[in-house]
Amino acid sequence: MHISREEVQRIALLARLELTAREEAELVAHFDKVLTYMAKLNQLNTDGVEPTAHAVGVSSPLREDRVTNQADTDALLQNAPAREADFFKVPKIIE
Amino acid sequence: MDPYSLTIHDASDLLRKRKLSAYDLTCSVLERIRTTDAQTRSYLTVCETEALSQAEAADRILAAGESIPLLCGIPVAVKDVILTKSIRSTAGSKILEHFVPPYDATVTRRLKEAGAVIVGKVNCDEFAMGSSTENSAFFASRNPWDLSRVPGGSSGGSATAVAADQALAALGTDTGGSVRLPSSFCGVVGLKPTYGRISRSGVVAYASSLDQVGPFTKDVRDCALVLQTLAGHDPRDSTSVDTPVPDYQASLTQGVHRLKIGIPKEYFVEGMQPAVEASVHKAVADFVGLGAQPVSISLPHTEYAIATYYIIATAEASSNLARYDGLKYGYRAAQTAGLLETYCRTRAQGFGSEVKRRIMLGTYVLSAGYYDAYYLKAQKVRTLIRQDFLQAFGDCDVIATPVAPATAFRLGEKTADPLTMYLSDIFTIAVNLAGLPGLSVPCGFDENGMPISLQLIGKPFGEETLLQAAYAYEQATPWHTRKPPL
Repeated sequence: MHISREEVQRIALLARLELTAREEAELVAHFDKVLTYMAKLNQLNTDGVEPTAHAVGVSSPLREDRVTNQADTDALLQNAPAREADFFKVPKIIE
Repeated sequence: MDPYSLTIHDASDLLRKRKLSAYDLTCSVLERIRTTDAQTRSYLTVCETEALSQAEAADRILAAGESIPLLCGIPVAVKDVILTKSIRSTAGSKILEHFVPPYDATVTRRLKEAGAVIVGKVNCDEFAMGSSTENSAFFASRNPWDLSRVPGGSSGGSATAVAADQALAALGTDTGGSVRLPSSFCGVVGLKPTYGRISRSGVVAYASSLDQVGPFTKDVRDCALVLQTLAGHDPRDSTSVDTPVPDYQASLTQGVHRLKIGIPKEYFVEGMQPAVEASVHKAVADFVGLGAQPVSISLPHTEYAIATYYIIATAEASSNLARYDGLKYGYRAAQTAGLLETYCRTRAQGFGSEVKRRIMLGTYVLSAGYYDAYYLKAQKVRTLIRQDFLQAFGDCDVIATPVAPATAFRLGEKTADPLTMYLSDIFTIAVNLAGLPGLSVPCGFDENGMPISLQLIGKPFGEETLLQAAYAYEQATPWHTRKPPL
């Protein structure tokens, strides 16, 4: 299975990754190798086999909509790359 | 005997008899880190001040002498993908280099409630993606048995810390073998419990349908003690299962008489290191000597496990790691023009190459037109792999295999070819896909003095049987008493 350089660039955009020319070339080679390896799954007939998403049954438990933590704005904002007053400062999102 | 070299159960005896203080024990471990960590490079962060104050608190509880919790005064190291309140937690990544969590992971909280002393945060492959710690954004850890070799990964620092007596126990995480492989390479006991046995709340996510927290310890009894502390339902992790937690210590000494041990033929393959194969066969013979019954079994889909894993794990990783966008926490690239460039450059500069490779592959297998061919196909093969195990457990109680086809490799030996590195996990990965418990217990040394381990695989929530079997084997063999020459 061969993936072109343009395809790598398209996936990188979906993944929100800026790649150097060298990284693109390396990924083309990596994809070739790994997808060839993964093609061995096609040896198996999986018609009628149910897919497994989790090895144990997973449900979506509900809880009361009640605040359980205390407000600690400074602890949360201390990791912010940029802060203004009690807000996260982010790049302009509407051009 | 230096206090740092003690097991948890021996140290606990001394602490409870007041023959050793938690403070002195913690000082001994901190001193051991100071004198040996330049060689092993286990720790990313040592929290001396916090550790000493936790030790003093433990001493007060021990002095009062009433309802002393299980790990009271025991120095423990925590893998850096597990959040520790007010202590930097990097996940081995530049993107979280300065991240200070505002809360504890549930497992961290449980350690603290059990009276443990957290001495520091240990190194790992970035976001737990790797088999050697060479993908850590900061440095590679070294195998205490031979400093030119890797400790295994991704929880390599957890393994080196315990093997080098720089902690009495450590926590790691295991998505495809990341507890069992390094514990095997470093000659300590490691357990990946059943999926759902331990909460992952507050653990940096890699592949959520596979991730599980597990202990590294110096022997099997200690493994039971740490598991006892961590196991149980947590409302903050919807995958944690609400089934009763047994008393793991109580069943340890029940022996292996008439225990049926399954030996899968697919796990003894061409190209295995002869010393590994010989040690594992010898271990099985030792089990038979102790009264167990060997049973030949087959796990026919074994050869498809790695391909299945790298589709499912990378798909989940690409989704989980989308949260690192440089907005609310973590690294943000400077001087970018607009939001898209901020995202793309932040992630380009913040992630290392292996993480980028896995995000790219995961994005591809989930993308329109390829989902059915890769992701859905892999989920179906996952079903077949799980059915193999469930069927085999009709004929046996536990399954015995090698942990890895060879002992620890040299630093740099496998970094040039990611696929070769992926193959290190060939014997551990299927256990995660099937959600089963797997335990790694030392079973010998190769001609270079490097440790070899046996993997015992159990039925869902069969940790008791694994610990019981591993304990019987350990008590009958000398491997756990050897220490690396540091």
